[in-house]
Amino acid sequence: MTKTSTISQTTSCYHCGDNCEIVLHFDSQSFCCVGCRSVYQLLSQNNLCSYYDIEKTPGVTQRNPVLSNVYAYLDDEKVAKQLLNYKDEKIAKVIFFIPTMHCSSCIWLLEHLYKLNPNISNAKVQFMKKELHLSYNSQNTSLREIVTLLSNIGYEPAINLNSLEKQVKKDDNKKLSYQIGVAGFCFGNIMLISFPEYFGLDSFTQSAFSKLFGYINLILSIPVFLFSAQDYFISAWRGIRRKFISIEVPLALGIFIMFARSCYEVISGHGIGWFDTHAGLVFFLLIGKWFQQKTFDTLSFERDYKSYFPVAVGVVKDNNEMTVPVTSLAIGDRIIIRNNELIPADAILLKGDANVDFSFVTGESEPVAKVLGEIIYAGGRQKGATIELEVCKKVSQSYLTQLWNNDAFAKGRQSQIESFQQMVSRYFTIALLMIAFGSAIYWLFVNPVLALNAFTAVLIIACPCALALSSPFALGTAMRILGRNKFYIKAPNVVEQLAHMDTLVFDKTGTLTQATASNISFHGNDLSFEQKQLVASVVAQSIHPLSQKIKSHLQINRSLLIDSFEEVTGKGMMAEVDGHQVQIGSRHWVLEIKTKEEKLNHLATQVYISIDHEVIGYFELQQAYRVGLAKVLSSLRKTYHEYLLSGDNDKEKKELMKFFSQENHLHFNQSPSNKLDFIVSLQKHNSKVIMLGDGLNDAGALKAANIGISVTENTAYFSPASDVIMDVSMFEKLPSFLQFSKNTLKVIHASFVISLIYNIIGLSLAVQGTLSPLFAAILMPVSSITVIAFTTITTTLLAKKRGLQ
Amino acid sequence: MSIMIILIGISLLLAIGFLTAFIWSVKSGQLDDDYTPSVRILFDDFEKKEEQKMEAITSTEIK
Repeated sequence: MTKTSTISQTTSCYHCGDNCEIVLHFDSQSFCCVGCRSVYQLLSQNNLCSYYDIEKTPGVTQRNPVLSNVYAYLDDEKVAKQLLNYKDEKIAKVIFFIPTMHCSSCIWLLEHLYKLNPNISNAKVQFMKKELHLSYNSQNTSLREIVTLLSNIGYEPAINLNSLEKQVKKDDNKKLSYQIGVAGFCFGNIMLISFPEYFGLDSFTQSAFSKLFGYINLILSIPVFLFSAQDYFISAWRGIRRKFISIEVPLALGIFIMFARSCYEVISGHGIGWFDTHAGLVFFLLIGKWFQQKTFDTLSFERDYKSYFPVAVGVVKDNNEMTVPVTSLAIGDRIIIRNNELIPADAILLKGDANVDFSFVTGESEPVAKVLGEIIYAGGRQKGATIELEVCKKVSQSYLTQLWNNDAFAKGRQSQIESFQQMVSRYFTIALLMIAFGSAIYWLFVNPVLALNAFTAVLIIACPCALALSSPFALGTAMRILGRNKFYIKAPNVVEQLAHMDTLVFDKTGTLTQATASNISFHGNDLSFEQKQLVASVVAQSIHPLSQKIKSHLQINRSLLIDSFEEVTGKGMMAEVDGHQVQIGSRHWVLEIKTKEEKLNHLATQVYISIDHEVIGYFELQQAYRVGLAKVLSSLRKTYHEYLLSGDNDKEKKELMKFFSQENHLHFNQSPSNKLDFIVSLQKHNSKVIMLGDGLNDAGALKAANIGISVTENTAYFSPASDVIMDVSMFEKLPSFLQFSKNTLKVIHASFVISLIYNIIGLSLAVQGTLSPLFAAILMPVSSITVIAFTTITTTLLAKKRGLQ
Repeated sequence: MSIMIILIGISLLLAIGFLTAFIWSVKSGQLDDDYTPSVRILFDDFEKKEEQKMEAITSTEIK
């Protein structure tokens, strides 16, 4: 006995490297599951065992095998057409995104797919993008077969039917490469032709060559001006049309003046102009832009696939319900959606009365009734009893993120604080233009030769880019770090807003307290099995934390059929089950007591049950305050005003006074609309409010607050009204999160100071007219890179200091 | 000195040739991925070794 257990602890799977609980053998290798072994068998039959030699244990565990009929929808012509890049009678091309790709063995195996399916003629991996480019014979094999093969060997592609966006982005990247190529070509040749000028060979400049060279330079400059630099003109023009002086304006102006002046000089025969500087400037600007884009791409890659917020959903398997992240939902899974839960994927209604509110998608808040067998699209919210659905399309995480960022949930203007960057860039451009014109006018009178030089140098060296970049990079990094710590932020600017807040409002139940299943007791006559079943069926309909606790206490999995169901926010629920009227909820509501009553026991919540209008007893749930609550609140008290809003009565006042210093900051018996009004009244007194709640009966308050943080135990409850979703396990770290947001803002300020110093030095040189515009053009991207490096590194270091990963 | 004009013409033509080569390389996607080829190049050695091994096995079997 002991011997086998020690073996199983130390044996790791030859395929995936996981520890084996049960050891399976094949070819004198050990495997953790049938799936891993069958991948090995498949590969060894096809002489593909080199897979295991390139890297150790390169595989991905196969313990959760994919069902073969999952991909049946790929046989549908329309679906296939959306996925395929190209198709004719013989050949089809497709690009898959494969998230599990992680090492060089993966590259090797995926590029040798033709050994497993001879109809695959070409397979190429783009590792950084985790893409697999395939060409295959479309007569002999189908898309479905290929996708099934990929999932069988552990490389299930993520199939997203809305991937049209990506295509556009790729072309954009190519355009920049062309622009850089053209600018580089022209820049080099113009420099070559300008050599005589550089060396001051007067015999040339006075000869006929001078004119010829001038014209060649002019011709070479035209593509730079018209093609390579066009983006600067376009975006400057766009800004002006919207009556906004964007940071591109000085650049565009500089480029234009230099080109026009040079043309005039060449054509009038005064000189040979600044064509070399002009082309060089555009070239280096584009190089800087390319670098920014590369860094930005890596950032957005991480944002797309790593720091998305999690959403979980209940899945029924073998009559048991378990919670599964939506990303691993497969087609054919049966999901359970309760009252007020969001439907995460397109699904077919199997059971229950669906009454779906599509306000997130369409803006229309009137719920739509759906009949059995109808497809319900992702993004709807169920109102009423629990429904059961079968998933018919894979979930796209990006779709849910999009929903979260939907305009419908955007904060009103007045609650937005102008971001630091907006404020700065408003004055920056105007000041810059004034300095440029000022120095040009000055030099026109003193030494006209230097005027143009000074003017363009000022425009170019002043680096609004450093300013423009510091915010997105610092905020983006902060957002990623917070996401890793289960503090999921909706958009980067929320980090900055967070730093300005001065008031914290807490909801009580579910936020400051937690009920544990062990602290539930039932008072009254013992429940019969039938009664238990009735109660369990009703509480299963609700996602309220108390309902969930009672459900897990009763431990009854089989639900009865619900005939009607209604949930009254803040009070309880009423349902008709199996011919019985069941009412579950607060004491006042169930007992229909109008007057206020004495408190019974502090720190406990009662949930009353009545069946067929007869009160049969109540569940008492002992509430426990969150671990570390006192510490969190006292450390936050130094910088924030703290308020408490509770829907319960004030029986806990004494206990809570220990945590909150001022009595008038505690508010009890608050209905959802009271909570909302309270937030609004705080804001009227110029408080900047963070609301923390569970998002159940305080969604309005979350939305009205400057920042709404929904604290959730089970991230299934998707509350788009909030700006932040925080996992309860991270409650203790709240002060660190808030402090970190302030630090991030400091980093932005510091990087602003750096770029300001740089600008002052650069400008003071430039106004003297002695700085070559070309040198300015090289300095500019260098400063951008410094700022990017500074913000990213310091933000990461600060996070480490705060104990965030 | 008119040789200069010809020389400049030739140098420009050459440079245009390089520019077209660059544009072609972007178009054909050579710049899309700068990591995978560095790994892929190592596989070639690997496969040759495998083949030799296989040949060795088959030749000994025949003997």
